[in-house]
Amino acid sequence: MNKFKVSLSPHVHSGNSVNKVMYGVIIALLPALFVSVYYFGLGAIKVTLVAIAASVFFEYLFQRFMIKGESTIGDGSAILTGLLLAFNLPSSFPIWMIIVGSLVAIGIGKMSFGGLGNNPFNPALVGRVFLLISFPVDMTNWPKPQELVFSLVDADSGATPLALLKEKVGNGETVANALKDIPSYFDSFIGQVGGSLGEVSAAALIIGGIYMLMKKIISWHIPVSMIGSIAVLQAIFFLINPDKFADPAFHLLTGGILLGAIFMATDMVTSPMTPKGQIVFGVGIGLLTVFIRNFGAYPEGVSFAILIMNSLVPLINKSFTPKRFGEEVTNG
Amino acid sequence: MSDTVLFTIITLSAIGIIAAVILYFLAQKFKVYEDPKIDEVDEALPSANCGGCGFPGCRNFAEACVKTDDLDSLFCPVGGNDCMSEVATILGKVVAEKTPQVAVLRCNGSPKHRERVNTYDGAENCTIAHNLYGGYTDCSYGCLGMGECVDSCNFEAMYMDKETDLPVIIQEMCTACGACIEACPKDLLELRNKGKKDRRIFVSCMNEDKGGVAKKACDVACIGCSKCFKACKFDSIEMKNNRAYIDFEKCVLCRACVKVCPTEAIHEINFPLRKPKPAVEKPASTAEVKDVNLVAEAKKNTENAKVETKVEKEDTNKQDENKNNETK
Amino acid sequence: MLKTFKLGGVHPPENKFSAGKKIEQLPIPKTVTIPIGQHIGAPAQIIVKRGDEVKVGQVIAKAGGFVSANIHSSVSGKVKKLDETVDGSGYRRPSVVIDVEGDEWLDTIDKSDTFDKEIKLSAEEITKKVMENGIVGLGGATFPTHVKLSVPAGKNVSYLIINAVECEPYLTADHQLMLEKGDEIFLGTQLLMKALGVTEAIIGIENNKPDAISHLENLAKKYSGIKIQGLKVKYPQGGEKQLIKALINREVPSGGLPLDVGCVVQNVGTAFAVYEAVQKNKPLLERVVSVTGKSVKTPINLMVRIGTATSELVEAAGGLPEDSGKVVSGGPMMGKAMADLTTPIAKGSSGVLIFRNEEAGREKIHPCIRCANCVSVCPMGLEPYLLMTLTEKHDYDRVESERALDCIECGSCSYTCPSTRPLLDYIRLGKSTVSKIIRSRKQ
Repeated sequence: MNKFKVSLSPHVHSGNSVNKVMYGVIIALLPALFVSVYYFGLGAIKVTLVAIAASVFFEYLFQRFMIKGESTIGDGSAILTGLLLAFNLPSSFPIWMIIVGSLVAIGIGKMSFGGLGNNPFNPALVGRVFLLISFPVDMTNWPKPQELVFSLVDADSGATPLALLKEKVGNGETVANALKDIPSYFDSFIGQVGGSLGEVSAAALIIGGIYMLMKKIISWHIPVSMIGSIAVLQAIFFLINPDKFADPAFHLLTGGILLGAIFMATDMVTSPMTPKGQIVFGVGIGLLTVFIRNFGAYPEGVSFAILIMNSLVPLINKSFTPKRFGEEVTNG
Repeated sequence: MSDTVLFTIITLSAIGIIAAVILYFLAQKFKVYEDPKIDEVDEALPSANCGGCGFPGCRNFAEACVKTDDLDSLFCPVGGNDCMSEVATILGKVVAEKTPQVAVLRCNGSPKHRERVNTYDGAENCTIAHNLYGGYTDCSYGCLGMGECVDSCNFEAMYMDKETDLPVIIQEMCTACGACIEACPKDLLELRNKGKKDRRIFVSCMNEDKGGVAKKACDVACIGCSKCFKACKFDSIEMKNNRAYIDFEKCVLCRACVKVCPTEAIHEINFPLRKPKPAVEKPASTAEVKDVNLVAEAKKNTENAKVETKVEKEDTNKQDENKNNETK
Repeated sequence: MLKTFKLGGVHPPENKFSAGKKIEQLPIPKTVTIPIGQHIGAPAQIIVKRGDEVKVGQVIAKAGGFVSANIHSSVSGKVKKLDETVDGSGYRRPSVVIDVEGDEWLDTIDKSDTFDKEIKLSAEEITKKVMENGIVGLGGATFPTHVKLSVPAGKNVSYLIINAVECEPYLTADHQLMLEKGDEIFLGTQLLMKALGVTEAIIGIENNKPDAISHLENLAKKYSGIKIQGLKVKYPQGGEKQLIKALINREVPSGGLPLDVGCVVQNVGTAFAVYEAVQKNKPLLERVVSVTGKSVKTPINLMVRIGTATSELVEAAGGLPEDSGKVVSGGPMMGKAMADLTTPIAKGSSGVLIFRNEEAGREKIHPCIRCANCVSVCPMGLEPYLLMTLTEKHDYDRVESERALDCIECGSCSYTCPSTRPLLDYIRLGKSTVSKIIRSRKQ
C-alpha cells in the first residue's frame, strides 16, 4: 500500500519561489545592463562579471564556513546583490576594489546577520557606501559614454551632472549657468550620460520596473511614493529659488533615483511589510534624498537615504499594521 | 597641534568627571533597598534561568526563598539538594532533602518496532503534528520524533537518536527541570526518582488502546495484560486505561515485573546484566543494550562539553564507580 | 455586476475536473462505520447496542447537548460493534459499525423523488425538524444548523445568505447539486427564511459556474425574496465573513458572528438537506461528494451514505491511481489529509481529492525574505509571517494581541509564500495555544 503524505492544509502551493523572485528581478535589470554595455563597452561587462562572481564566491565561503549551512548560492540572491553593486559603480572601477566591495556587501551587509532574509540593510548599498567612503576618487571618476566602443582603454572621464551642479552652485553660480554643459533630458532618459553602470538610463530602468510590477514582484507603493515625494519637495524648492535649486525633472533623471526607487528601496528583505508602511518608507527616502542632494556634502543622496530608512523599517513595521478585517465596522 | 590634543583631553575628562558625579547622585537618589541576602542566594543558585522551579528566573527564585518561611515548598531542581542546603544555611533556615529525579521517555517505538503507515509532511514541530493527527504509525500515543523536547532542553541533556527516531536523555546532564515534560504534546516524558545507584524500572509505553490494537501497531507496546501487576509483590503497579504504571515511590527495584512482561515494555536501567540462566534465556532487552550505549554516549558528551562543572565531574566519577561495581 | 471582497485573497488554479458530471448514487456498501463526532460541539451519545437491528434513518446517537446533532443510521442492518476506529485525524474515536442487510427505511421517511412544494410547518416546527434530523452545515465546518436558526433574543436578522460559492479548487459537489436540485434548494432556502423570519435571501455564486447562475436565475423568478448574486472568482470567498463583505458590504467584527451584522449564512448543500429534512422527514444520511484529482481516471460526483469507507468512493472513480501521494478529505486549501482510505465519509466531507506523488509533497523551507506576500493576501488583514515568528518564539501574548484568533485558516498565506514556509501550521499552533491560555485565564 502507498504511504500517504499527511500534512495540514493547504495542500497546494502557488509555485512561487525565492528563485523565481530573485531571477525575476535579475531579468528586470537586464535592459539597464544592455544600455550600460552599449555606452560603456567592455568596462561595464568587466565590472558586472567581477562583482557577480565575487559576490557568489563570498556567499559560498560565508555560508560554508561561518553559517555552516547548506549552500545558498543557488537562490540567486548573491547574483542579484553582485549585479546591483555593479550597477552602482563606474565602469572604470578597479577590479580589486570591486572584490573588496563585494566582500563588504555579502560579508558585512548580509551574511553577518545570518544570510538572506535577516539583513536589515540592503547589501549592495552597504557595499556601495563602503566603497564611496573608502575610495571617493575612484568612485566619482565617471567615464563618458561612448557608443559601442569595446576597449578597455580608459575613456574620457568627467563628473556626473549632479556633481557638476553641486560644485558650481557651491561656488556661487546659478543653476542655469551650471547646467549649461550637461546632456539634455532626452540623453539622460535613454542613458547617454556619465554615471554608474545602472543609473544612466531612466528608460531601461522604467521598463524593468514595469516588468516587475506585472510579475507582482514589487508593488507600486515604494517607487511611486518615493519619486512623488522627491518631485513635490524639489518643485517647492525650485519655485522658492530657481537659481539655487534645480528643477525636479533634472533630479529625477539624473543620479540613482530611479535605480534606487525601483530596485534598491523595493528590496523585499529591507522594506516594510504593509502598504501603508511602504508609503511612509518611500516618502522618507524621497525627503532624505532631496535634503542630502540640496544641502548635504555629497551630490548624490539616494543610497544614504535608503540605508537610513532601512534602519527604521522594524519601527515602521511595528507602527503601521495592515487594516484588520472587522476592525472598523461599517454597517451600511 | 599639541593645543588641540590638550584641549581634547581636558574637555573629555571634564565631561567624564561631571557625568560621573551626576550619575553618583542619581544612583544615591533612586536607590532601591534590596535585601543583600537575595544577592547571596542568587550567587548560590546555578544561574541556569531554566524556570524549572516555577519562577521566571533564578533571581525571582532567590527573592521567593528570602521571603518565605517554609523552604520546603521551594526547590531548585538544577542545583538539587546541595544547592538547597547551601541556600538554607545562607538564610538560616532548614530544608528537607528531596529525592533527586530524572526525566525518562515512556515510548520505545523505534521504526524497528513500530511500522510507519504514512509520511508526515508538515512543519517539523511535534505539537503541530499532534494537533493534526495521531502520528505516522498506528499508535497515536507514541513519540512523533520531531524533537520538541530536545529543543526545549536548556542543559543539552537530550539528543535525537537517528536510528530509533526517539529522544535520548543523558542522565548525567538532566537536571529534572521539567522543560521537556511541558514541551511533549504526547506527555511521554516523566520525572522519576533517580533511584538507588541510578537504577530505575518503568513502563516505557503510554498506549491506551486495547491490547491487540496496541500490539499490532507496535511490538514493544504495553498491552495491558496485567502480568506485571500480578507479579508485583509490593503493590507498586497500577493498571489503568489498558496500560501499567509503576509508582516509583513504592517500587523496590526487584525486577519481578521486567521478567514477566511479554512485550519488553518494562525497562530496567543501570542494572547489572543478568547472569545467564541455563533455561530459556531471553535475549538482553533492548533497553539494556541501549543503556550501555547511552552511558558511553553520555561520557563522550561530557568530555565534549567544555564547561566542566564540579557537579558534573562528581557525577561522572560516581557513574564510573557504579560501572566498576557492576563489572565486579 | 459581479461583486467580491476587498482585502487579500488568492486565485489558485481551479482544476474542476468533475464539473458537469451527473451525481451518481454510490451502491450501498457492505458495512458502514459511522463516527460519532461528526459535528462541532458536544459529541453525540450512542443509544444502540451491539446486535441491535437498525433501519435507515433510525437515530443511533442522540445529540449530547444543544450545540450538537443527532446521528442516524444511514443503512439498515445489524450493529456489528461499537468501537473506536481511526477517523480522518488518525485518532481513535468512538463509532458505530453496522453490517448492511437490505435497505429498509423507517416508515416516517418519504423516499419518493416528487417535489413537495407546500410549506406546512411553522417556524418553530421547521427548526425542530432540522434539529431532529441532525442537519449540520455541509460546507465543511459542520456546525449544527438548528443552532444557527435559533436566533437569540435581541438579535435582528435581516438577510439569509446562501453560500454557493464553492471557492475551493477541484470541488464540484455544490455546483452539481445546484444544477440538479435547483427547486429543492430554493424551497430549502424558503424554509430557512421562514424559520429565521427574514424576507430577503441572497445566493452568492462565483462566476466560474455560469451554468449554475443562469439556471438558478431562471428558477428564482418563481420564488419571491431570493436573489442570485454573481461573484468574481477569488479564494476564500466561501468564508462566511468574506462572503458577507462581498454580498452586502458588512464587516463581521473581530471575534463576532454573522448574527452581529444581521446575517445568517448557510451552505447551499445545507439548504437542500433542510428541504429533505422538513418536507420529506429525511435525516441527513447521505451527501454529495466529489471524487477528483489530476490522475483520477473518472472524476465523479457521488451521492454517498454517511459512514461509507473512502476506498469505496475511490473505486467508483476508477480506483486509486498508482502514483497517489496524498488523499485529502475536502478541498485542497482547507481539507484534511487522510492517513489511510478506511476513513469513513462524514457529514462534513465535501470531496475526496487525490494528489499525485509529485504534487503532494511540500517544498523545502527557505528563510523568510520578507516579501510581504502573506500580508497582502491575508483576507483578515493579519501578518502571517509575524504570527509564525512569534509562535516559534513562544511569545503568545503578542500572538494574541496580533489577533491570531481572527485567522480563518484559509491557507492563502502558505499558498503564496515563495519560501514555502509552513505559515498556517504555526498560526494554527499559535491559535490553539492562545485559546488554551484564554480558557485557563477565565477559570
